[in-house]
Amino acid sequence: MSAEAAGGTLKVEVDRTRCIGLGLCEAASPKHFEVGEDGKLIILQSVVDSGDLSEVEEAVESCPTNALRFVR
Amino acid sequence: MTEADARTAPSRDESLHGETRPAVKRLVIVGASLAGMKAVEGARKSGFAGEIVLIGDEQHFPYDRPPLSKRFLDDERDVPYFREHTSYVEDLDATLLLGSPATALRPADKTVIVSGRPVPYDALVIATGASPRVMPQWAGMQGVVTLRRFADAVTIRGALDAQKNVTIIGAGFIGAEIASAARKSGCSVTIVEATETPLARAVGPEMGIELSKMHEKNGTALYCGVTVSAVNGGAGGGASGDRVESVELSDGRVVPTDLLLVSIGASPATEWLRDSGLEITPDGGIVCDATLETSIPGIYAAGDVVHWPNAIMDTTMRLEHWTSANEQGALAGKNAAGVAPTATYETVPYFWSDWYGNRIQFVGVAGTIVPHVVSGSIESDKFVALYQLGDRVVGALAVNEPSRIMKERRRISQRTSWQEALDVYAAADALAAGTVVAGAAVAG
Repeated sequence: MSAEAAGGTLKVEVDRTRCIGLGLCEAASPKHFEVGEDGKLIILQSVVDSGDLSEVEEAVESCPTNALRFVR
Repeated sequence: MTEADARTAPSRDESLHGETRPAVKRLVIVGASLAGMKAVEGARKSGFAGEIVLIGDEQHFPYDRPPLSKRFLDDERDVPYFREHTSYVEDLDATLLLGSPATALRPADKTVIVSGRPVPYDALVIATGASPRVMPQWAGMQGVVTLRRFADAVTIRGALDAQKNVTIIGAGFIGAEIASAARKSGCSVTIVEATETPLARAVGPEMGIELSKMHEKNGTALYCGVTVSAVNGGAGGGASGDRVESVELSDGRVVPTDLLLVSIGASPATEWLRDSGLEITPDGGIVCDATLETSIPGIYAAGDVVHWPNAIMDTTMRLEHWTSANEQGALAGKNAAGVAPTATYETVPYFWSDWYGNRIQFVGVAGTIVPHVVSGSIESDKFVALYQLGDRVVGALAVNEPSRIMKERRRISQRTSWQEALDVYAAADALAAGTVVAGAAVAG
């Protein structure tokens, strides 16, 4: 499903069983992601506004452990 | 439309070589690992509707390689495939030719040769990666391995599970990760490093020595400035020659060895391009421009083979990192397909490695720069060190400081001055000490 498809608020979520805190998502979109002191990912903002879509898409695609995904 | 029609179709793009390029009907990608798989995705995402053929020398569908020296040696047991097998046809409409390498490129005919047969292309992406360097004098012995492929990782895991004596030639990142996994499995581990300064190219000589101290702390013997002078074997089973039993070192030591891992780096897998006319660097990299196009129009490259001008670091480089292969693959696929506007690639290099439970992360370039520790201490295995070149911060090493590294990467990409980079930490220290430095940003 493309990010634009269907209704509802677009959000991004992390699968904590996969995430190992490498931080590439933070590099792509520091507005939404930050790796904390303990190495765990902090989602600063889960709602993805349309203006931020491309950078959050980049974050999702850049994840080496495939830990991020879009949800509605 | 026939192939001939396609070549004479109206141009839709002006290449950097100043020639008009006919529309691409058939995109061929050689190399079915991360960069090749991403090239397929990148082309499709850009709106390319033509035919895509992905050629890979292994029988496996594209899989992820970092886990082979990490998770796979620990608790994971499956091939770390990127995608469902069916998705290549169903979602990407790509044809996969797996199990045979491309053996030649003939630009005049616009074909690559696979299993003796020509595969025609209109546009090509070369993503054949790198091959581990071997020590040919011992390569035929049982128990002597390199690590690049899934099958290699299975062999190594077998030795780890059996808690064998593991000897590793080369104290680079692959060697260190396997040493770490082998110690966790209860193996006796020895690393033999020819130079006095492990990891010098990756993190600089000083930090290479400092990081390597983790080996001794965790029960791995590390001998630097030492080489393997002989490998002694006993009769192995079957026709594959003797089985390794011990190695003799140049300092006279004899190390009992069941598994001998040769991890002395890798070379770009570009031998097959020798007679193609493509411009190749002395180290085997493919000369590309900022759009990742090679010296021959319509032929692009991605991943470990790419030698390109990286504008953000003001230097031409070749990387063997997961991150750059991921990004270059997508960009080369898009540019080669020729549907979307051509883009250029630049990056602040990033790699990570986990040793004995310690997270090591590096961004930028190290060169021979002696870095400046700005946070924590080397002795505590928790620190940040910055690398200065001219007036600019160009590199950062973080050990067990996972929250810092991407902020440093951003500062490098923003061409932050050295003083400004230092001020961030001075401000943080001042804040911690209860004083305030006017005008300086808090380390964030």
